[in-house]
Amino acid sequence: MSWPGTFKMAECGASGSGSSGDSLDKSITLPPDEIFRNLENAKRFAIDIGGSLTKLAYYSTVQHKVAKVRSFDHSGKDTERDHEPPYEISVQEEITARLHFIKFENTYIEACLDFIKDHLVNTETKVIQATGGGAYKFKDLIEEKLRLKVDKEDVMTCLIKGCNFVLKNIPHEAFVYQKDSDPEFRFQTNHPHIFPYLLVNIGSGVSIVKVETEDRFEWVGGSSIGGGTFWGLGALLTKTKKFDELLHLASRGQHSNVDMLVRDVYGGAHQTLGLSGNLIASSFGKSATADQEFSKEDMAKSLLHMISNDIGQLACLHARLHSLDRVYFGGFFIRGHPVTMRTITYSINFFSKGEVQALFLRHEGYLGAIGAFLKGAEQDNPNQYSWGENYAGSSGLMSTSPELGPAQRARSGTFDLLEMDRLERPLVNLPLLLDPPSYVPDTVDLTDDALARKYWLTCFEEALDGVVKRAVASQPDSVDAAERAEKFRQKYWNKLQTLRQQPFAYGTLTVRSLLDTREHCLNEFNFPDPYSKVKQRENGVALRCFPGVVRSLDTLGWEERQLALVKGLLAGNVFDWGAKAVSEPWLVDSYSKWLQRLKGPPHKCALIFADNSGIDIILGVFPFVRELLLRGTEVILACNSGPALNDVTHSESLIVAERIAGMDPVVHSALREERLLLVQTGSSSPCLDLSRLDKGLAALVRERGADLVVIEGMGRAVHTNYHAALCCESLKLAVIKNAWLAERLGGRLFSVIFKYEVPAE
Amino acid sequence: MGAGWLGAPMERHGRASATSVSSGGEQAAGGPEGRRQEPLRRRASSASVPAVGASAEGARRDRLGSYSGPTSVSRQRVESLRKKRPLFPWFGLDIGGTLVKLVYFEPKDITAEEEEEEVESLKSIRKYLTSNVAYGSTGIRDVHLELKDLTLCGRKGNLHFIRFPTHDMPAFIQMGRDKNFSSLHTVFCATGGGAYKFEQDFLTIGDLQLCKLDELDCLIKGILYIDSVGFNGRSQCYYFENPADSEKCQKLPFDLKNPYPLLLVNIGSGVSILAVYSKDNYKRVTGTSLGGGTFFGLCCLLTGCTTFEEALEMASRGDSTKVDKLVRDIYGGDYERFGLPGWAVASSFGNMMSKEKREAVSKEDLARATLITITNNIGSIARMCALNENINQVVFVGNFLRINTIAMRLLAYALDYWSKGQLKALFSEHEGYFGAVGALLELLKIP
Repeated sequence: MSWPGTFKMAECGASGSGSSGDSLDKSITLPPDEIFRNLENAKRFAIDIGGSLTKLAYYSTVQHKVAKVRSFDHSGKDTERDHEPPYEISVQEEITARLHFIKFENTYIEACLDFIKDHLVNTETKVIQATGGGAYKFKDLIEEKLRLKVDKEDVMTCLIKGCNFVLKNIPHEAFVYQKDSDPEFRFQTNHPHIFPYLLVNIGSGVSIVKVETEDRFEWVGGSSIGGGTFWGLGALLTKTKKFDELLHLASRGQHSNVDMLVRDVYGGAHQTLGLSGNLIASSFGKSATADQEFSKEDMAKSLLHMISNDIGQLACLHARLHSLDRVYFGGFFIRGHPVTMRTITYSINFFSKGEVQALFLRHEGYLGAIGAFLKGAEQDNPNQYSWGENYAGSSGLMSTSPELGPAQRARSGTFDLLEMDRLERPLVNLPLLLDPPSYVPDTVDLTDDALARKYWLTCFEEALDGVVKRAVASQPDSVDAAERAEKFRQKYWNKLQTLRQQPFAYGTLTVRSLLDTREHCLNEFNFPDPYSKVKQRENGVALRCFPGVVRSLDTLGWEERQLALVKGLLAGNVFDWGAKAVSEPWLVDSYSKWLQRLKGPPHKCALIFADNSGIDIILGVFPFVRELLLRGTEVILACNSGPALNDVTHSESLIVAERIAGMDPVVHSALREERLLLVQTGSSSPCLDLSRLDKGLAALVRERGADLVVIEGMGRAVHTNYHAALCCESLKLAVIKNAWLAERLGGRLFSVIFKYEVPAE
Repeated sequence: MGAGWLGAPMERHGRASATSVSSGGEQAAGGPEGRRQEPLRRRASSASVPAVGASAEGARRDRLGSYSGPTSVSRQRVESLRKKRPLFPWFGLDIGGTLVKLVYFEPKDITAEEEEEEVESLKSIRKYLTSNVAYGSTGIRDVHLELKDLTLCGRKGNLHFIRFPTHDMPAFIQMGRDKNFSSLHTVFCATGGGAYKFEQDFLTIGDLQLCKLDELDCLIKGILYIDSVGFNGRSQCYYFENPADSEKCQKLPFDLKNPYPLLLVNIGSGVSILAVYSKDNYKRVTGTSLGGGTFFGLCCLLTGCTTFEEALEMASRGDSTKVDKLVRDIYGGDYERFGLPGWAVASSFGNMMSKEKREAVSKEDLARATLITITNNIGSIARMCALNENINQVVFVGNFLRINTIAMRLLAYALDYWSKGQLKALFSEHEGYFGAVGALLELLKIP
C-alpha cells in the first residue's frame, strides 16, 4: 500500500529482549499523520518502554471549529420579521486538550524518535517522563534524538496512576473474560468508588499491589513465577523463542500428557470420592521419566496452566487477606491474550469459589505511559478534569482470537492508538440515582444481542449517506467540505466494519456508542454541528408559534390541559404537532397515575433533560415547564453542552429561554427569580449517561432538592435510561420513531412511551 | 505422597469428611454406615485421659495417643487390646502419585510358642523385610529412620520404613501373590490416591482386600503419633538456626509442646496445606500442583537426570542466579519503593528469555533454579495461608524434603524473612512416612 507522505520505518538495531518480530520484515509503511496526530502542538511527553513494546504519550491541543450561537442585538419585537432567524450562528475556532497515546514495537523506537524530532515545532518541553524496564536502555537514544532530559519514573507508581485514571475516566474500561460466551468480553459499568482494589501485574515477575486511594498503595506481595518464567522456561523446554509463539503452542497442547492429574493418582475412584479427576495433582508430574518424549505444545500448555494457576492462587490468598473482591490483572503476560485471560479467570474462580472476580482492562497496555504522563503533568492538575475516550482516534481493543497466528497478531498490534479528550468540566453521578454502582445507562447491549447489533449497524450504515449530505450542506461556504465529508464517511464506515467484526472494540456496543462514535468522527473532520442551520430555522418557526400555543393551552380546562401538555412533549419529538401522529393506544401508559399525582401537592423541583431543538423544546418543553412553574415547582432545564444531531444545546436553550421570557411573564419572572435554571449536562451525545453529568448540575440538583426527573426523547429515555432506577419520581417520555424498535417493544411505529415511576417506599 | 490436587480447599473437619475412612470389608468410602460408626469408635477409644498428677510431658503424650509404654495404660486395657489386636504382619501403606511408603512393624518379643505357630509365609515376609535394605531394583529401606523398641498394642518391636516408586506397584502386588499374603488373613490398611487406584488389582491379582483410609486423617494421625514417640530418644521435630548462613546454620531440635494450631504443609508430588486445630479438628486450606513432582519432572526435562537424588545433587552444584532474574538485575540494587531486597528473585527463569543467557547456563544451574523456584513458591503460599489462618508455626513434611537441605533451609529462611520473624518453619525426621504410619495406627485401631 502506498500513501502520500509515506513513513518508512527501517529496521533499527535495538530490539527489546529479542522479543517479537525478530524474523519479520521490519520495514512497514504507515501514514504518519494517522499515527502521530497533532504532534505539532505537543507539549508534554512521556514514554513507557517495556520488554517488547513502547508506549508514547503526549499532550496536545486540538483546534476545532465550533458553531457558536449569539442573540442579535435588538430590543423590540417589532424589528423581527417572519423570515429572519432568531439568532446568529458563527463558526469559531476552539482549542481543546487531548491526550495521545501510541503503542508500537520497540524496534521502531529510533524511527519514531526521528519522526517526532522532525515534526516537533516550538515546544517548550524540556523533559520527558520515562518508565518501564527499557527506559534505562534507551535513555541515551531518547536524550540524543529529542534533546529532552529523561526523567525516570517509578514503574509501579506509574502503573497505578494509570490504572486509577482509566478506571475513573473510561466507561467500560474493565471487563471479565468468559471463554464460552459470544463475545468473550463482559464489560463492567464504572463503579463510582474505584477504591480499594488489588492490582496484579504479571510482567516477568508478579507484583501484587493493594490500592487504597489515589496516592496510597502498598506492595503486598509478589511472586517470581510470572511471564518471564513462562517465556524463559518455555524457551528452554520447547526451543521456541517468542512469547506469542509459546502462547500459540500452549493453545494447541494437551496438558494432561505432562501433568499428573487427580485421576492419575486415584484411578477411576475420584468420581466416587467427589473429586474432579481433571484437577492437576502435580504439574509436570508425568514428565519425571527418561523414556518418553513430550510434545512442545503439551509442555507449553502445562507450563501455562502451572503459572496461571499459581498466580491466581496467590492473588486469591492476598484478596482474602485484605478482604478485596476486585482484582485487576495486567502486564505483558495478560495483555489482551485470550489464552492467559482464560487460564487466570479459571484459576481465580477455582480458588475463590467465585467470590473474587478477575478483571481485565481494555487499555491495560497504556497504564504505565498514562501514569508517567500524569506524573509529569502534575502542575496541570489532570486529575481535576474528566476525560473521555475519543472513539474516532482510538484503535479499540484488538481482535484477540486464538485462531490468529502470532505473526498476524504482531502485525495487527503494530501501531495502536488511544486518544482522550479533556472535557471542559468534571463529570459526576446524578445524585438521584437509586444505586449508582448498578446503574447501566444503555437499554440494549448490542455486544450481547446479535440480532439487534446487526440491525443497528445496518441502520447506521444506511443513514451514512444522509449524514454526509447534511454535513456538506451545513458548510456551503467551505471549499473542502465535500472532501472532508468523504473522509468522514470513510472513517465512520471503517469503524462500523470494525464493530461488525469486533463489537467489543470500545467496550459494550450500544446505540449510544454508535451515535457517539459518529459525533466524534464528524468532529474529527470539522463538522462540529451539521444541524446548526436546521436548528436555527426550526427554533425561529417554533418561537413564532409559542404565544399562540400558550394561549390555546390556557383556554383548556385543567385536566384537558395536562393531557395536551404531555402530548405536546411527545409530539415535539416527531416534528408533527397534533395527537394524530402518534399511534394509539400508548405502548406504555401510566398517564392516569401521573394525572392523579398532579392533583396532589406540587413537586419541589423538577429536573428536565431536553431533547430536540425547535418544536420540541419551544412548544413541548417550555409550555410544560411553564405549567410546573405555575404549580410552584422550580425547574432545572438541562441541555447538552455540545451539539449532537438536532438536539438543543445549552447555549441555544439560553437564547430560546430569553426569547420566550420576552413573550411570557411566567417564564420571565421565573428566570429572574431563579426558579427556572438552565444548566448544561456536560455531554455532547444524543443519549444520556446519568453517571457522567456535569458537576454543577449535580450540585444544583442537590441544592434545590429535586424530586422529579423528566427525561424525553428516544435517545435519552428509550435507548438509554429506560430501566434507570431513580430515588425520586420520574417521567420517561418518547415516541418510538423506529419501526424495528417499536416492533421489538411490542408496538407500532410512532408508539408512545409514557412511563411515570415512583420509587418504592 | 500427599496428593496436592490442585487447590480444592475442601473443608474437612476431622471425621466429617465424606471421603473418609471405610473399614475393611466395606465397598465405597463414606457410605452412610461407615460414617456413622466412625465417631462412636473414636469416642470409645479416646478414653485415655491423663492420670491425675502425671507430669506435663506425660499428659501431653497421652493426649496425643501414645502407646509407648504400659505405664500409661492400665493392664486391663492391655489385655483387652491383646485380644482385639490384629494378626501379624502389621503394615501401613501410603500409595502416592510418585512413591509408595510402607511401614512395617517387626515384633521383637516373639515367644517360642508364637515362633512355632508362625506360619511359613509370615516368617518369610519378616525375614525378607528385615534382613534386606533394598528390595528389587527400586525398593529401599530407610534404615536410619528405623524406630527401635517401640511398644504398639502391647507388643514390642521395631518400626521399619520402606519406599519404592508407585510405578512398581504391580510388582509389589505380584510379590504379595507369590508370597501368598492372602492366606494370612491380614488386613491391608492403605491410604493415598493409590489405595483407590490399585484396589481392584490388590483384589484380583493378590486376593487381598484393602482397607482404604483417608490420607489427610492418616497424615495427621501419623505426625502426632511419631512426634509423641520421638526418634529413638531424640527429638522428631527440628528447625534451622541461621538458615541462610552456610557457616553458622544449625539444625536444632524443636519441642512441639504446643502443637496447635499448626499449619501442616505436605510436599509430595503436589502440595497439600492443612490447618490443624486439634487432633480431630483440621481442614484442608489449599494445595498447589507445584510440588516435588514438578521439581523432579522439570529437572528431567531440563537436565536429562533420571533420579530425584541425581536432580538434587545437580542442584547442589548449580547457581540459580544465572537462570533467574533478580531484583538487582532489574533495579540495579534494592527496589526501595516496595522494600524489595536486590537478592530476591524477581522472575524465576527470567534470564532464560535471552538467547545468550540460555546458551551460557549449565544443567546444574537449571536444576538449582528449578529447586529454588518450587521451594520459594511453596514457602510463599504457606506464608499466605499462615497469615489467613492466623497460625504461626508451619511444619513442612513430605518426601520432597528428603535429603533436601537446600529446600529446607530456603523454606526456613524465606518464612522468617518475609514474615519478619513471625513465622517458624519446622521439619520432621520422618518426612514422608506419616501417612503410612497413620494407616498402620488405623489397622491397630489406635486413635
